[in-house]
Amino acid sequence: MPISLKVNGATHSVDAEPDTPLLYVLRNDLELNGAKYGCGMTQCGACTVLINGAATRSCVTPVGSIEGNEVTTLEGLGTLDKPHPLQKAFIDEQAAQCGYCASGMIMTAADLLNRNPQPREADVRAALADNLCRCGTHNRIIRAVLRAAKGSS
Amino acid sequence: MNTKRRDFLKSAGVVVAFSWSVPTVFAQAAARPALPGSLGTNRMLDGWIRVNAAGTITVFTGKCEFGQGILTALAQIAAEELDVAYERVEIVSADTARTPNEGQTAGSLSVENSGTALRFACAEARQILLKLAAAKLGVAVASLNVTDGTVTGAGSVTYWELARDANFNREASAQAKPKPPAQHAIVGRSIPRRDIPAKMTGGAAFVQDLRLPGMLHGRVVRPPRYGARLDSFDEAKINAMPGVIAVVRDGSFLGVVARREEQAINARLVLIGSAKWSGGSELPDSAKMYEQLLSLRSEDRLIGEKDAPVPADAKVIEATYHRPYQAHAAIAPSCAVAEFKDGKLAVWTHSQGVFPLRATLARAFGLPPSDIRCIHAEGAGCYGHNGADDVAFDAAMLARAVDGRPVRLQWMRDDEFKWEPYGPAMTMKVKGAVAGGRVVDWAFDVWSQSHNFRPGDPDGINLLGSWYLADAKRPGPARHAAQPNGAGDRNALTLYDFPRQRTTHHLIMDNPVRTSALRSLGAHANVFAIESFMDELAAAAGIDPVEFRLAHIKDERERAVIEAVARAAAWDPGQKGDGRRGRGIGYARYKTVATYTAVIAEVEVNRTTGIVKVPRIWASADAGQIINPDGLTNQIEGGVIQSASWTLHEHVRFDRNGILSQDWMNYPILTMPDVPTVETVLIDRPNERALGAGEAAQGPTAAAIANAFAAATGRRIRELPLTPDRVKAALA
Repeated sequence: MPISLKVNGATHSVDAEPDTPLLYVLRNDLELNGAKYGCGMTQCGACTVLINGAATRSCVTPVGSIEGNEVTTLEGLGTLDKPHPLQKAFIDEQAAQCGYCASGMIMTAADLLNRNPQPREADVRAALADNLCRCGTHNRIIRAVLRAAKGSS
Repeated sequence: MNTKRRDFLKSAGVVVAFSWSVPTVFAQAAARPALPGSLGTNRMLDGWIRVNAAGTITVFTGKCEFGQGILTALAQIAAEELDVAYERVEIVSADTARTPNEGQTAGSLSVENSGTALRFACAEARQILLKLAAAKLGVAVASLNVTDGTVTGAGSVTYWELARDANFNREASAQAKPKPPAQHAIVGRSIPRRDIPAKMTGGAAFVQDLRLPGMLHGRVVRPPRYGARLDSFDEAKINAMPGVIAVVRDGSFLGVVARREEQAINARLVLIGSAKWSGGSELPDSAKMYEQLLSLRSEDRLIGEKDAPVPADAKVIEATYHRPYQAHAAIAPSCAVAEFKDGKLAVWTHSQGVFPLRATLARAFGLPPSDIRCIHAEGAGCYGHNGADDVAFDAAMLARAVDGRPVRLQWMRDDEFKWEPYGPAMTMKVKGAVAGGRVVDWAFDVWSQSHNFRPGDPDGINLLGSWYLADAKRPGPARHAAQPNGAGDRNALTLYDFPRQRTTHHLIMDNPVRTSALRSLGAHANVFAIESFMDELAAAAGIDPVEFRLAHIKDERERAVIEAVARAAAWDPGQKGDGRRGRGIGYARYKTVATYTAVIAEVEVNRTTGIVKVPRIWASADAGQIINPDGLTNQIEGGVIQSASWTLHEHVRFDRNGILSQDWMNYPILTMPDVPTVETVLIDRPNERALGAGEAAQGPTAAAIANAFAAATGRRIRELPLTPDRVKAALA
């Protein structure tokens, strides 16, 4: 039985079991690259997307549980030509080494900025506490989030 | 289908322009003059560069990107030598059908090897183009100018117009002189990384993002411990599961292919539940790990010796340091896509060496290398030899079972943690003596398993899955690596000017825990030990650690890098730790021939909880000529933070029955709230050779933190990591 999903403003019908983690539907059925598999157990944050604006780990979210909700992925924030302020700030700050964690960082930061448009550095660090980066790019990521907040004030 | 995907497919095409005539090159190499960098082993110009009529330049490199920014740096070098805008340069990397064979992308050697080759190849290409332009315009080469590929003299002509007549199908001569650094306009600038915009906007950037038509999804099932045998599993149950297309068993290798990714994951779980295993090897007792490692057979090699008498009044001290097994722990588990079609294998891989991987896959599958193509596609940062090559083998095993259909296989988190080859546990014993404020004796012994079990071994097949086949393959033996690179003995030879020293590498020949190359190999632990002990000797001599180091250094660049970090941190020679806060320094020249790096760390010790925090770090680096300052800063800072994580938190947990670190809860790393701010000072030396920097910060950072802890508390911890238990024991 197809499942109806609203992702990045468009409605999709997906032929997957309801217990399928949203992550695999986004990546394989909708061919969206933003959300990444990192651990499959909510520990690393690479798979983070927004569901009704709230940062959510797509690796453990059953696709059947979110029908009718608005899902936003990295692709839904902005594009190369019209990047979201966070995407632009991450590019301007060169806030990546490998960049595998970046989508999760940006989506978690988007949730933060929605709740707290003018965060202090400590707020950014706390908000991203459960998003792991292995390359050691943390300080650039923090600067990028603060830059995006400043830019949109 | 998006464009990126089409690009992936295009590069997978069977019709490929093949400019490498490898056998002839190698047959005649011995008789030919030496050429700089990787030109020496890849001598044809058209292997490195192509000028396109459409107004672009394509350069080829055997090195690959994994987040270190190498493709941006190499494109800068090419654009600089050719006098074209950076944006015109496209770069093709690490593809056995298209690029030079530059072995592994490892050892911080890409700028030195590939960058040097491209610099000379592009300078020569420019000269060839200028000769054509001179003939066409009827003027002398010397009177020509080039601006962004347009050559002007009496009239003008572009590279793109000359492209058809420019013959690069010739051996490089390296006779065209690269530009003097004073004329550099592109090299030395912080050009933004070419791969970052796509990564920030959801472009296809990783092998995980590769989707081929008809692609299936694979997963593998590993034994409960090293070497266990698969006795049985419930095949009927798996075959009845939705979406399952093939269960692949060969000896004790077990995997599954399904139509959808979550179906493969579910089938793997059911396979894990029904598989019965027996045997396997016992791991060391983790409580007595270092004792046990030192009791294993080792092949000992004296790597440095200098003799002088020791004054009778010298004060002698000794100490033993340890580093545990540490994981690469990439943020993405390893992944590959493989396709077996008409007896030929194509693998998209984030291996650090597509050519060595191809050679080893060929032996594992009994295929001629020419029937295998390995194409690099990025994975997450790897920091050395992780599961990348192993998963390529696994994916090929599964693809062979579904002939013609591509299979994408990403390891699960626990596959990566439990089966990757770790950075080896190491023990360093140091004995030294001071007299008159100077070190008068120094003996350094390091014990380590091999840091190099990569594919490409001439005897063994270093691919995990192949060891479990019915026709089981064997890994290669532990091997010494020559200095100055070394392996377990990397940076074991001190550069300090000691009148008497003796350095011995004890290469452990047995391998109770699987190991291979982790960023900086032995340099991390050796520099941690050397630089910790320098502080112990400085204390014995009653001299400030910075002053004590400078007193044992003759080389001007070594001095400069230490002085630069001391200035940046406003190092105070009279500073005293207050029991909780303190600062420490660590220094090394990576591999003794690459980047000079000094680090000062500030720690805060919570004496009740035993938690050590590192709020601030300063680093200085002299990497010779800087290609891209922001890229270099990013590498140094990343190395500092990663090493801080190794130093404070990381060790692979195991018991006699198996590896216990299987996710981020039992292999914790440094997280955002506790990451130090890092201030980096770069010393640019445009007239010096560019030096490898990607691994240079690992050792100095570990030492700086350990020294800061000792400065803060007056107690020293000689075993990494600085866990709360160890801290509390040290302070008790």
